[in-house]
Amino acid sequence: MYDIIIIGAGVVGCAVARELTKYHARVLVIEKNEDVCSGTSKANSAIVHSGYDAKNGTLMAKFNVLGNRMMGDVCKELDVPFDRIGSLTVCDDEALLPELEKLRERGERNGVEGLRVLNREELLELEPHIADGIVGALYAPTAGIVCPFKLTIAFAENAAVNGAEFLFDTEVKKVYSEDGVWRVATDSQEFTASAVVNAAGVYSDVFNNMVSQRKLHITPRRGDYILLDRSAGGYVKHTIFQLPTKLGKGVLVTPTVHGNTIVGPTAFDIEDKEATATTAEGLDSVIAKSAMSVKGLPVRQVITAFAGLRAHEDGHEFVLGEPDDAPGFFNCAGVESPGLTAAPAIGVHIAGLIKEKLGLQENESFVAERKDILDPKKLSIEERNELIKREPAYGTIVCRCESVTEGEILDAIRRPVGARSLDGVKRRTRAGMGRCQAGFCSPKVMEILRRELGVDLTEVTKSGGGSYIVNARTKDGE
Amino acid sequence: MKQQYDIVIVGGGPAGLAAAVAAYDSGAKDVLILERDEQLGGILNQCIHNGFGLHTFKEELTGPEYADRFIKQVFERKIEYKLNTMVMDISQDRVVTAMNREDGMFQIDAKAVILAMGCRERPRGALNIPGYRPAGIFSAGTAQRLVNIEGYMPGKEVVILGSGDIGLIMARRMTLEGAKVKLVAELMPYSGGLKRNIVQCLDDFGIPLRLSHTVVDIEGKEHITAVTIAEVGADRRPIKGTEERYTCDTLLLSCGLIPENELSTAAGVQLSPVTGGPVVNESLETNIPGVFACGNVLHVHDLVDYVSEEAAKAGETAARFVRGEIAADGGREIALKAESGVRYTVPVTVHPDRVADKVTVRFRVGDVYKDAFVSVYFDGERVQHKKKRVIAPGEMEQIVLTRKQLDENPDLKTITVKIEDN
Repeated sequence: MYDIIIIGAGVVGCAVARELTKYHARVLVIEKNEDVCSGTSKANSAIVHSGYDAKNGTLMAKFNVLGNRMMGDVCKELDVPFDRIGSLTVCDDEALLPELEKLRERGERNGVEGLRVLNREELLELEPHIADGIVGALYAPTAGIVCPFKLTIAFAENAAVNGAEFLFDTEVKKVYSEDGVWRVATDSQEFTASAVVNAAGVYSDVFNNMVSQRKLHITPRRGDYILLDRSAGGYVKHTIFQLPTKLGKGVLVTPTVHGNTIVGPTAFDIEDKEATATTAEGLDSVIAKSAMSVKGLPVRQVITAFAGLRAHEDGHEFVLGEPDDAPGFFNCAGVESPGLTAAPAIGVHIAGLIKEKLGLQENESFVAERKDILDPKKLSIEERNELIKREPAYGTIVCRCESVTEGEILDAIRRPVGARSLDGVKRRTRAGMGRCQAGFCSPKVMEILRRELGVDLTEVTKSGGGSYIVNARTKDGE
Repeated sequence: MKQQYDIVIVGGGPAGLAAAVAAYDSGAKDVLILERDEQLGGILNQCIHNGFGLHTFKEELTGPEYADRFIKQVFERKIEYKLNTMVMDISQDRVVTAMNREDGMFQIDAKAVILAMGCRERPRGALNIPGYRPAGIFSAGTAQRLVNIEGYMPGKEVVILGSGDIGLIMARRMTLEGAKVKLVAELMPYSGGLKRNIVQCLDDFGIPLRLSHTVVDIEGKEHITAVTIAEVGADRRPIKGTEERYTCDTLLLSCGLIPENELSTAAGVQLSPVTGGPVVNESLETNIPGVFACGNVLHVHDLVDYVSEEAAKAGETAARFVRGEIAADGGREIALKAESGVRYTVPVTVHPDRVADKVTVRFRVGDVYKDAFVSVYFDGERVQHKKKRVIAPGEMEQIVLTRKQLDENPDLKTITVKIEDN
């Protein structure tokens, strides 16, 4: 019997898990994929919104602004890359300039600080590559960029260190309550708990609708992105949004915390909750639309394209807390943009509700700090040599594009909630995330995973499940 | 360990090995090769097919055998090398920072540096192929390593996109291992690979080559299950209605090689936008004095024999540089220009005073030409006009300029290489 079962190990599920370990509680996180951060949390814009966009009085507005304010401290505590670079929402139509003022006012009512409308000259000082047609922008200095993988992984690791359990490759099939106890049936076994947290992303309507008559309907809204090489880094210094026009919402162009540039997303409403395939139409439109705000963007330096699914609820609002007909079942549903920003605040809010409900006691031995995988690039040559003497694996470069050492990869696999696949290693260390896209390092990382996990090479996967990489010996190898 | 060397060679593949041997034989005995892999030989070690060395040794060798010839020469000369060693940085004044498990991070002052880092394959992401991102998609060279070095097969039903040489070689290799290679799709109206590989690796095994075709969709959420290919028009965009779906469990990509010049760029070496490799002069010297380049890091070669030949030249000129025989001011400079069908030349400048007896100019064309002429112009005057039956992008071409020729034209400013119909 658990106190709380959390369905879904995305950024919201992991944030709630971490907050709950601040109390004495048995927490289990169940995830259908093989790792944390395998759904919406892994494929998004990786930005921390300031909070001017959400309508006044909505949960989206409230948790966006709260999450934005928390992000600096959370990322410091958990050693997650975060940079408050500011955002610019640009406008290419004189007639629409009053809209920028309206957004500023809306933002101020939401509690966003430092908003300013800039004219073209002021804008050019901040961003020299802004497109010729841009006439003004809303500047939001509190906006930022974060590594969504690292944030999710850090929440999970810290939760695990503080006692939360994680169960991967396990799909929840049924949730129901019986005699005041919540029962969570998976494809392998059934668990019981006093409370259930529904943090299932695009599936959050499915679980809500199993237990409540207050039906939800989530539409997976696909967003295609392209990612540019670090050699194109620094082309823009802020997150550049486009002011929505009659023609649509536009795309953003933003640096990432790792120095790449990300461009996207599109917005296609689809049915299939797993359909993360990009389309030529989507990728073309991303590139075409980026030219509205930024000129001369080196789009030929694309190193990868991907698509993510936003969990768009019909009401376009976060659905947080217990439905009135399902006490003890806590929704974190409809968490689409600005969900990544809001996650830390949603974690605190939901954990607070559960604490009240279950009467949880404070966990005095809670360890708040977590250190990320050591990045030897940040060390001096002397420090690095001491490290290599102690741990020779830090002297071997495995991923040449991102200069990732074997030491970092071993750490990624061995730490709590560690990596078990190529993608798991990639998200934790960036091995394979560079310009060759794992061409050179994947055989090496496969070998390290094989050794560390004690499996055959045919059992090493890209991302769990049926994503094997090799499936048989060669004739000579047999 | 020693902190100064006359010549540091970055990379112990075919280019680095040949450069080291030639430098040594030209009098530079104080040479260090830095190799990131666990053995010398570079990518040749996974090229277990034959066909190497026809020009250099007049016999057909496998990749490892070809490498071994040079490795033996390195051993015989007792040239120093370090394995499992990654070069992290090269500075403008030729301080090479490298790292390995035993020595940690260390710096070496080099009088000359030879860049011989080779190239990498263009990955899927850079090709903008829409669809899912499942397991089972490999660049051909990665698959080659898994099959030939690790001894594992990626799958049984294979589609190959791109007709680069490694893709063609892998079509045969996978077939010999019992896999069914369904087709090779090539975006361009011609193959990027050698004619002999198309015959020996595809035709001999009945594997169709579909020119002007590309992959327009990839299916499979966890592992690849199928691809859709389509014909492309002259604009290389897919033509609607020509889609064909092929089930497969493996997609290999052989869509071009990119010289690996991140270290060069960081050092301030100027690159050619056409080749992706350093801009070099007749001595294979980059814009940074004392920094030389050869092999696939300079421009992607078709045959390793030419890599060895070019690298030997780099080794030799680096040795002369160390001895102070190559003046910083090279004297008279002649520009080389690539025109009408010629995509680039290596080198791009020639200083006749620095040319010992001759300089080989290598180039590639941008299209397939039949019964056309390779012409060389000294300023306005055509000095060479050589008919060739076929000139194709997949095969490297060369012309040779002699010192005598250059000396006989003291006012020569520009040498132009072009393809002419008549």
